[in-house]
Amino acid sequence: MNELKENKRPLEEIAEDMKVLEDLTKAEYKWGFVTEIESEVAPKGLNEDIIRLISSKKGEPEWMTEWRLKAYRHWLTMEEPKWPNVSYPPIDFQDISYYSAPKKRSQKKSLDEVDPELLKTFEKLGIPLEEQKALAGVAVDAVFDSVSVATTFQKTLKEKGIIFCSISEAIREYPDLVKKYLGSVVPYTDNFYAALNSAVFSDGSFVYVPKGVRCPMELSTYFRINAKETGQFERTLIIADEGSYVSYLEGCTAPIRDNNQLHAAVVELIALDYAEIKYSTVQNWYPGDKEGKGGIYNFVTKRGACRGKHSKISWTQVETGSAITWKYPSCILQGDYSVGEFYSVAVTNNYQQADTGTKMIHLGKYTKSTVVSKGISAGKSKNSYRGLVKIGKNATGARNFTQCDSMLMGDKCSANTFPYIEVENDTAKVEHEATTSKVGEDQIFYLNQRGISTEDAINMIVNGFCKEVFKELPMEFAVEAQKLLAVSLEGSVG
Amino acid sequence: MSQSVLYSKVKNWYLSNFEIFSKRLNGSKNFFNEIREKAVAKFTELDFPTRKNEEWKYTDITPILKYNFVPSALVSIPKLTLDEINKLLFKDFDFYLATIVNGVFVEELSNLENLPKGVIIGSLNKILKDRPELFDNYANDFLSIDNIFNALNNVYAYDGLVMIVEKNVIIDKPIQVLFINGNNESEVLSSPKNLIIAKENSQLSVIFNYRGFGDKKYFTNSTVNVSIDEGAILDYYKIQEENEDSYHIEKIDVIQSTKSVFNQFNINFGGELVRNDINTKLNGEYIETHFYGLYLVQGKQHVDNHTLIDHAKPNCLSNELYKGILDDNSHGVFNGKIFVRPGAQKTNAYQQNKAVLLSSGAKLDTKPQLEIFADDVKCTHGAAVGHLDESAEFYIRSRGVPEELAKSILIRAFANDVVEMMKIGELKEQINHKIFEHLHRIEFKNN
Repeated sequence: MNELKENKRPLEEIAEDMKVLEDLTKAEYKWGFVTEIESEVAPKGLNEDIIRLISSKKGEPEWMTEWRLKAYRHWLTMEEPKWPNVSYPPIDFQDISYYSAPKKRSQKKSLDEVDPELLKTFEKLGIPLEEQKALAGVAVDAVFDSVSVATTFQKTLKEKGIIFCSISEAIREYPDLVKKYLGSVVPYTDNFYAALNSAVFSDGSFVYVPKGVRCPMELSTYFRINAKETGQFERTLIIADEGSYVSYLEGCTAPIRDNNQLHAAVVELIALDYAEIKYSTVQNWYPGDKEGKGGIYNFVTKRGACRGKHSKISWTQVETGSAITWKYPSCILQGDYSVGEFYSVAVTNNYQQADTGTKMIHLGKYTKSTVVSKGISAGKSKNSYRGLVKIGKNATGARNFTQCDSMLMGDKCSANTFPYIEVENDTAKVEHEATTSKVGEDQIFYLNQRGISTEDAINMIVNGFCKEVFKELPMEFAVEAQKLLAVSLEGSVG
Repeated sequence: MSQSVLYSKVKNWYLSNFEIFSKRLNGSKNFFNEIREKAVAKFTELDFPTRKNEEWKYTDITPILKYNFVPSALVSIPKLTLDEINKLLFKDFDFYLATIVNGVFVEELSNLENLPKGVIIGSLNKILKDRPELFDNYANDFLSIDNIFNALNNVYAYDGLVMIVEKNVIIDKPIQVLFINGNNESEVLSSPKNLIIAKENSQLSVIFNYRGFGDKKYFTNSTVNVSIDEGAILDYYKIQEENEDSYHIEKIDVIQSTKSVFNQFNINFGGELVRNDINTKLNGEYIETHFYGLYLVQGKQHVDNHTLIDHAKPNCLSNELYKGILDDNSHGVFNGKIFVRPGAQKTNAYQQNKAVLLSSGAKLDTKPQLEIFADDVKCTHGAAVGHLDESAEFYIRSRGVPEELAKSILIRAFANDVVEMMKIGELKEQINHKIFEHLHRIEFKNN
C-alpha cells in the first residue's frame, strides 16, 4: 500500500479501506485515488481504470475518454523501441504514477534558503531577481505579480480572437477544434511513447490563431496561467489558420529540477494555407550529476504538418539538459510550396546522451526544407544526429539542404550522424553536408594572444559554431542560450 | 506464401542440397572444411534478413528467394572457348588472366604464364591441398562469418581464386580475373571464394570482371578476403556487368596494415538485384584507403552498396566517392559508414556520394553515417541527389547537339570524377564506352 503512505487519515479509516480492498483482491484497483489536503496522486501503475480516472478528474467528455482508452489499448500491443543510440536501464511503466494534480510547492521565505549552486547558475544566466525567486519557488513579492502580467496578455490575445489556454480547458471549451485536430499529426498509433502520452497526458497548451491574424507577441508557457508545473506527459496542440502567424516558446533556460524521471511529451502543429508557425525550445532539465546518476529521460514526439499551400513551420531548439534526449521535431510538407525548417543545437556533457534530429517529409510540389544541426559533445557523453529527408513521388521540384556539424571536446565522448535520404522524384534536389571537428588549438592561441582566457576563448568559438542556430531564436532567448551554453560546458575543457 | 514461410522454405532447400554436396566432398580435410562446418552452423542459426533489419532496410531480398538455385557444384560447368571469353575481356593492355566459371577456376581459360617470382595465382582448392601452410597466418582473418549470405557462400564454396604476392614483389601487369556465372541448363547458385594476400611492400593491380552466361536466371554469391600487409599497395577494380536479370551479392573484407594503400573501384552496370558489402579495417598507422564507386542502372535494377571504413588506429586517411546514375524504375541504395574508434586520433575521413535521377520512376535511398569516438579528427561527409543541370544541357544543345546526346555527355561528365581516378588508361576508355552503352540513349557504335 505504498500509495497510501502519505495519507494523514486516522488508522481505523485506513483499515476499513483495506478491508474493502481485500474483497476486491482479484479485481483491478478501482478507486485508487487518495484525496489529501495537499495533493492528489493516483496509485502507481497503468490500467483502463486509471485512465478513466484521469479523464474524469479532468472533467473530460466521453469522446475524450474513449480516445484515451483506444490509445491505451493500442499501447499495450506495442513494444518499447530499442533502436536509438542511447542506453538506459529498463523503465517499469507500472511503477509510475500517471496522475498528480498540481500541488502547492513548499514556499521559501527568501532567496537565502535556496541552494547557492542554483543561485550561481541563475546569476550566470542573467535571470532577473524576481524571476529567480519565482523559479526557485520563493514567495513572490506583491510588486511582481506574474498573474497580472499574464492577464494583460490574455486580454490582448482575446481581442485578436486568439485562443491560448490549457489543453484541458480547450477540450471542454472548444471540443470541435480539438476533435478535428488532436491526433491528426501524431496519431496515437504513431509510436510507443506517443501512444502512452495519448492515453495519459496530463496537460499542455492549446493555441488557435484565427484566419489572417498575426499574433502580436511570443506565446510562452511561462505566461500561461494554468500551467505552473511542467507536466510529465505534456500535450501541445497549435493550429494556425489561413494566413496567420504565431511564435511559440517552450521551456526556459533556468535549470529545472523535476522528480519525474520519464518525460514523454507530444507536440502537434498544424499550419493551413499561408500560415506560419515558429516553435522555439530551450530545454535544460536536470542532466544528472557528474557520474551520470539521476537526470531526466526526455522522449518527445514533435511534429508539424504544413497542410496548406505556402505554409511554413520552423523548429528551433537548444538542448542542453536531460540525461537522455530523444526527439525528432519533424515537418510533413503536404501543401504545395510549403516550407519546413529545423535549427538545432544539442550539447551533451558528462554522461548525457542525445539522439536527436529531424524528419522532413516532402509530399507537396515545390516544397522546401532546411536543416541545420550543431552537436557538441564533451565529457563522456554521446551525441547523435539522426535525420530523415524523404521526397515523395509527387513532390515535384522539392528542395532540401541539410548541414549537420559536430564538435568534440575530449577523447571520451562520441559524435554520430545517421542521416537517411530517400528520394523518389527525379526533379528533386537534395544536399547533405556533415563535418566533425574539434576546437582548433590555433583558434584558441589566437584569442589567448589577444588577452582572452582559454575558457572565454572556447565559449567564443563554440558560440560562433552555433551562431546559425542562435540567430533563429527570439532575441531574449538567444542571449540566454549563449550563456546557457557556457554554463553547460563548464569544466569540460582544461 | 507469407514471407517467413518462404524464408524458411528456402533455407531448408539450401540445407538439404548441402547433404548431397557434402557426400561429394570425399571427406578431404583442410582449412576449407573447417570454415564450412562453421558456416553450416551459422547458416542454420541465422535467418534471411527482412527490411526490418537495419542493414537491409532498403533492399528486399524476397525475389532471390523465389527461385530454387542449384549450387554450381551439383551441376556441370559450361564449356567455353577462348574466343567466347575473349569478347568479355577488357583489352588493349597487357594483363595476366584468370578465369573462374561458376566459382571454379578453369586452367585452360587462364593465362598465367611468366608470372614474376614470388607470385602465386591459381585455384584456391588446389593451392589449399598442395600448400596449406601458406594460409597459416591468415586463417583467423578469413574465418569470420557475419551474415547469412556470407555463410551461404562458405557452405557451398569449393573453389575460387587465390593470389599471394611475396614481400617486395611488384607485379608488372594487372591481373584480370574473369568471373563467368550462369548456366544454360538450370538456375544456378555460384559461390566463388577468393583470397588476396599482398605481403610487405608488394604491389599489385587486379581487375575483377563479372559477366553472365546463358539465358537462365542465376545467383552469384561471392566473398573476397583481402590482407594488405605493411607498406603494400593494392589497386582493386571490380567491374560488375552480370546479366540484367541475375542476382549478385558480394562481400569484400579487407584488413590493412601500417603504411599500406588500398584503392578500390566498385563499378556496377548489371544485375537485377545487387548488393555489395565492402569493409576495410585500418589496422595500423599511416594507412591510405580510397573507395570509388559508380553505378548506372535502369529498368527494374536494384543496386545496394554498403561500405564500412573502420579507423582502428591513429594517423590514417580515408576518402570515399560514390556516384550513381539511375534511369527508368531503378532503385539505388548507398550506405557508407565511417567508424573512428577511441584513440584513432589524427584521422582524416572524407566521404561523398552523389546521384542523378534521370526518370520519374527512379528512386534513391542513401544513408551516410559517421560514428566518431576520438576528438582530434577531421571527418566530413556529403550527399547530394538531383537531376541533370538544365542550363548546362541547354548550353550543349544550343551548339547543335541533339537532346539525348547532350544528356549522355553530361552523364558521362558526372561519372568522370570516378573514372578519371583509374590508373589503367585503356580501362578508363572502355568504362566510358560502357557508360554510353548502358545508357541506351544514343546508338552505340564501337569504334
